[in-house]
Amino acid sequence: MDLTFTPEERAFRAEVRDFISAELPPATRAKMLAGDELTKDEYVVWQGRLNARGWLAPNWPAKYGGTNWSVVQKHIFDEELALGCAPRSIPFGVSMVAPVIIAFGNDAQKAHYLPRILSSEDWWCQGYSEAGAGSDLASLQTWAERDGDHYVINGTKTWITLAQYANMIFVLARTDRTVPKQKGISFILVDMTTPGVTVRPIVTIDGGHEINEVHLENVRVPVENLVGEEGKGWTYAKFLLEHERNGTAGVAGSFQLLELLKGMAAEQRSAGRRVLDDDRFAEKLAQVEIELTALSYAQLRSLAAESAGASPGPESSFIKITGTEIQQAITELMVDAGGYAALDPATHSAMWYFNFRKASIYAGSNEIQRNIIAKRILGL
Amino acid sequence: MIKDSVDRFVADGYSFDARSALAQSDLGFSRENWRTFAGLGWLGIAFPEARGGFGGTAVETMILMEAFGKGLVLEPFVPAVVLGGSALAFGGTTSAHDQLLERLIEGELLLTLAYAEAGSRYEPSVVATRARRDGGDFVIDGGKRAVPYAAAADTFVVSVRTRGEVDEAQGISLVLIDRDAAGVSRRDYRTVDGQRASDLTFSGVRVPADAILGEIDSGLPLLERVLDYGLGALAAEAIGLMTFMQRTTLAYLKTREQFGVPIGSFQALQHRAVDMLIQLELARSICYYGTMALVEDADGRSRSKALSATKVQIARSGRYVGQQAIQLHGGIGMSEEYAVGHYFKRMSMLERALGDADYHLRRYVRLGREPAASAQPAALEELVSAGVG
Repeated sequence: MDLTFTPEERAFRAEVRDFISAELPPATRAKMLAGDELTKDEYVVWQGRLNARGWLAPNWPAKYGGTNWSVVQKHIFDEELALGCAPRSIPFGVSMVAPVIIAFGNDAQKAHYLPRILSSEDWWCQGYSEAGAGSDLASLQTWAERDGDHYVINGTKTWITLAQYANMIFVLARTDRTVPKQKGISFILVDMTTPGVTVRPIVTIDGGHEINEVHLENVRVPVENLVGEEGKGWTYAKFLLEHERNGTAGVAGSFQLLELLKGMAAEQRSAGRRVLDDDRFAEKLAQVEIELTALSYAQLRSLAAESAGASPGPESSFIKITGTEIQQAITELMVDAGGYAALDPATHSAMWYFNFRKASIYAGSNEIQRNIIAKRILGL
Repeated sequence: MIKDSVDRFVADGYSFDARSALAQSDLGFSRENWRTFAGLGWLGIAFPEARGGFGGTAVETMILMEAFGKGLVLEPFVPAVVLGGSALAFGGTTSAHDQLLERLIEGELLLTLAYAEAGSRYEPSVVATRARRDGGDFVIDGGKRAVPYAAAADTFVVSVRTRGEVDEAQGISLVLIDRDAAGVSRRDYRTVDGQRASDLTFSGVRVPADAILGEIDSGLPLLERVLDYGLGALAAEAIGLMTFMQRTTLAYLKTREQFGVPIGSFQALQHRAVDMLIQLELARSICYYGTMALVEDADGRSRSKALSATKVQIARSGRYVGQQAIQLHGGIGMSEEYAVGHYFKRMSMLERALGDADYHLRRYVRLGREPAASAQPAALEELVSAGVG
């Protein structure tokens, strides 16, 4: 199906493929293939190799280290990473806080933080949700009080992915309690080595430790760590979420999950033949694969619109809903394919299923995404 | 340009009332509209210039069909041009075949495709209709069902068995049979979606050897190719149908009031409306994918697999959008006088045209298990920038 790529695009694909096969550590690739968790070092090493090639931040403007790739090239790149079983770059720095800093930060912030993201010197995490502020994120209570040239921050952020590896956290905190809730929020960058920051692990139903609670007690942060204007944090947060949603759809990653599923279904036997060859199973798998194909074209349409100048808008909510539903459908088939083997944690099949229940909850639950589409696209 | 002209045709000439009157007429569509199609070049748009066409691709067909879907257009573009015309364009071997294609493009000849039989359901390789050699001729016995617009078509493209058993892939040929040939009888009916179809019986129908299109005994790949082009066109029509239903339903949610507020203010209905939009977007995306697979038309396996994927998603999305369109309209959605029900009925019959979701899911599985990823984003970008996205 390669025929309508231009010769340059096919050469680019070969270049990416060669790079991955030369640079991706075999142990990392093996872990990806088996569905094992990576260590921090493994992420850092891989991101370092991407960065050395200039490919860590394809979406950034070229002057900050972006690649100036076309939509097609980005698509090829993502697809080759997935096909080559390479890990995703950790999104919190490159794909989440960096676009906010680039769009709304000042020159000093850009000069300081962007190179440190590229070098993986900083590992970012996202301080958004609180116990009382989930879907209703704007009701968050973390309080940043101005004290001279510092903010003093108090509050507890939760569901924070890979905070145990992070040294930096971007925090949504309330800086004004006298205005409507969306207008009193600011976007503040916090060094996690500052006194008063503690991280507590949260173990999820799959037995893994991915997420954490981050407690902030009288944490003193210099005012220059405010991004943009005080009280505009909600606008920046929504901007970030729209970037995040396109990423969390993980279309290329879902093709990777699908390969993993096929491997699991090929290992299990039922009545003398592979589960993969069972007609009923094969049709369920085909159904998901077809929907994923449709979604990958939807994402291309969205990227094409973006490359024509439109910023990712509410349609990223649609990509998020469908993308996560597909991830869940694939992981549901993993536990189904497992049969009795699913009982054994070593097979991972049930772990994937349990773990991916998160996908329709994080980054704004799929119900919230539907509210967003109803309001902002359909005008209801 | 073609999009503008076909949108204008539908807006000016295809009001719901005008369409209803046409559906009730003897013919079931308008010859005058057909001449307009010919005059605007639509009948030849996707055929190569060397064959008298205008050198377009499946992209032009897609643009036309989406607009036809929005207008619930009745003229038999798919059976005559996409199916019948493609059979001539891909399978024509003689100058007589070329002349037929030219007459089709000029609007002087109507074709249709007769492949389904009482015992075959959607499977084109099951052919019980037999053609036996008799001197230089073939003599055909058997029958075909649900042949679209056969009463209006001058000539049928018919799948027949020239060799082998009923369900063998080898031994199938495509043959041209004139509607009025001796031994052809028809049972004509109006379909539940306002179109026309016929069940055909062939009793000792005699045709000359040059009535065969493509290779004798090896006609199945040609037939599958023709059907794939039909699937692409139907997918685009479905996008038009779904777009109309989605827009009309959304407008209704904003204007219909109950409990003193627009019903679109209720979250249960909002989420349904969002899911309609999502299904429409997925359907449109897979329609582009299928269309690109036709533009590329690489090996038959890749093409057929892509078009089966297309039909599965289209059928699934179309069923959801159609059912919700009726549900969210409440009682008015059930009324014969209201347009939405007619779109729903057309969508429901389109679901099974050239094979339903179950058939195509099985065909997709059969055609291979490699990932259906990575298609042709370069061409897609052109398509989006051409303004059809």
